[in-house]
Amino acid sequence: MSNYRHIKPIGPNTVFEPIRKGFGKGLLSVGKTNPNVVAACADLTDSTQMNLFKDEFPDRFFEIGIAEQNLVTVGSGLAAMGKIPYVSSYAAFSPGRNWEQIRTTICINYRPVKIVGSHAGVSVGPDGATHQMLEDIALMRVLPNMVVIVPCDSLQAEKATIAMADDKRPNYLRLAREATAVVTNNETPFEIGKSYVYREGKDITIFACGTLVYESLVAAEILLSQGIEVEVVNVPTIKPLDQKTILASVSKTRLVVTVEEAQINGGLGGAISELLSEHLPTKIVRIGMQDRFGESGEPTELIKHFHLDSHSIVQTVKELLA
Amino acid sequence: MSLYIEDLKIKANAIRQDIIKMLVEAGSGHSAGPLGLADIFTALYFNILKHDPKNPDWDERDILILSNGHCVPVRYATMAHAGYFEISELATLRKLGSRLQGHPERLRLPGLESTSGPLGSGLSQACGISLAMRLDKIKGRNIYVVMGDGETDEGNVWEAAMLANKYKLGNIIAILDRNNIQIDGTTEDVMPLENVVARWQGFGWKVLETDGNNIEEVINTLNFAKTIENSPVIIIAHTIPGMGVDFMENDYHWHGIPPDPKQAKIALKELRTLRGKIKSESE
Repeated sequence: MSNYRHIKPIGPNTVFEPIRKGFGKGLLSVGKTNPNVVAACADLTDSTQMNLFKDEFPDRFFEIGIAEQNLVTVGSGLAAMGKIPYVSSYAAFSPGRNWEQIRTTICINYRPVKIVGSHAGVSVGPDGATHQMLEDIALMRVLPNMVVIVPCDSLQAEKATIAMADDKRPNYLRLAREATAVVTNNETPFEIGKSYVYREGKDITIFACGTLVYESLVAAEILLSQGIEVEVVNVPTIKPLDQKTILASVSKTRLVVTVEEAQINGGLGGAISELLSEHLPTKIVRIGMQDRFGESGEPTELIKHFHLDSHSIVQTVKELLA
Repeated sequence: MSLYIEDLKIKANAIRQDIIKMLVEAGSGHSAGPLGLADIFTALYFNILKHDPKNPDWDERDILILSNGHCVPVRYATMAHAGYFEISELATLRKLGSRLQGHPERLRLPGLESTSGPLGSGLSQACGISLAMRLDKIKGRNIYVVMGDGETDEGNVWEAAMLANKYKLGNIIAILDRNNIQIDGTTEDVMPLENVVARWQGFGWKVLETDGNNIEEVINTLNFAKTIENSPVIIIAHTIPGMGVDFMENDYHWHGIPPDPKQAKIALKELRTLRGKIKSESE
């Protein structure tokens, strides 16, 4: 157990909570300390957990209706007047529906709008492929000026939400619907742009983000019992990447697996591949959605079905080391 | 700065000449819309807007959003005449390193307020600005949004129209450039917009109409719009695309192209002589 850093060991006392809950708490908290924080939602206020902010600050909350193009462009206008707008919907609709408006009125226009995409990934479950957003990381990552944050649990989401208010750039925050193991604690550091080694190891590095950080930590625990020492690095900020931390880990292990609940093309796996192929060419395997859409099912079923669970990660690592 | 109407007409004519010169120098760009909007922009910058060319970020200024960004040559030319920058800089339009981008970019040139080009998002930004002003209890500042008629094909416009009505954003004054053309043809052929007045009324807006090429009427209509405080207002401004240049007027082919040097010479002569009514000094 000594090789855990910053986080609590995975075990029977692990608590599960939806990542989006942390966003709701963080928004309420930063709303109390920063009067410029405002919020807008496209008819999903409870689902995205903006209701906490709305109830406390009804005048600073705007219901936009089912109109995601308007959602982000109204955000651009609010930001033009010095407000710090958090605008939320499901990730499938925002940034799924309104990419051009984000590009023009937020990124080229350089307005610090905080785009919050909830219910990302296949773990949305029974709603099926249309609602399981998998391309959002790629869509947001290619935009100049945009910061992309994928928190791994509710506590990290809360810290990220608070940190975003002080960031002058456009931000994208990706949230998930289902309860996810809380692996960090109040003392776990979080800074936009930083990656963190959560578990040290010498044989292979797993870079993970979002809901699958927990699965990666469980996989590392299983692999340790089989004599394989896995380094698990949480990459909560996918853009800009923390090159120093990532390259330091890979210099040590020289073997890489990436794990994410998103398309491997253009997502975390894409980002790490780009970095390594330029700076430190290394064998890499990307775990994630393999260029296909999801389908209806229970979240845990789907995570297994698409080989995103801890046992699939264990399998992949063992094959790589064989 | 208020000028008499006759002076404003002369100003609008000079702005039109600069639009022609800019476009021919750039070798690309949109002719019809900017020429049609010259009277409205003259009215805005020289009579209606609260603004300070020497302090573009003045915190009591009115805000003018150009939603149909492709018409930006008229804004650049008017801003130069209003004293935001030297008229000579207009010659840099669309050239590498210029502050005058082909479509307006806020960060490149002070006073632009926003970045636009892709259509349909100006009204939404005005809504956000208006909501922020309401929160901060800012009074006495208006938000003007210039939109194209073809632009209202975009669904984003109607999303914003609903929101402005919901929150009764009374300091928004939209100006719809009703010139009846877009790239592929007339608006009524490409995607029928009539009944424009009834549509906007149906969305809860107060609708005014004006001859958008009559400066006096434009000013009067805008002044009346300012008195309506409990509802967003849209002015349907009937304009002639390519206004002032015979061979461009009402011809949709001039939507997205510049004159060549020979055509520019003819156009400039027409503008200088008011279509031959007066003798040009430079003849």
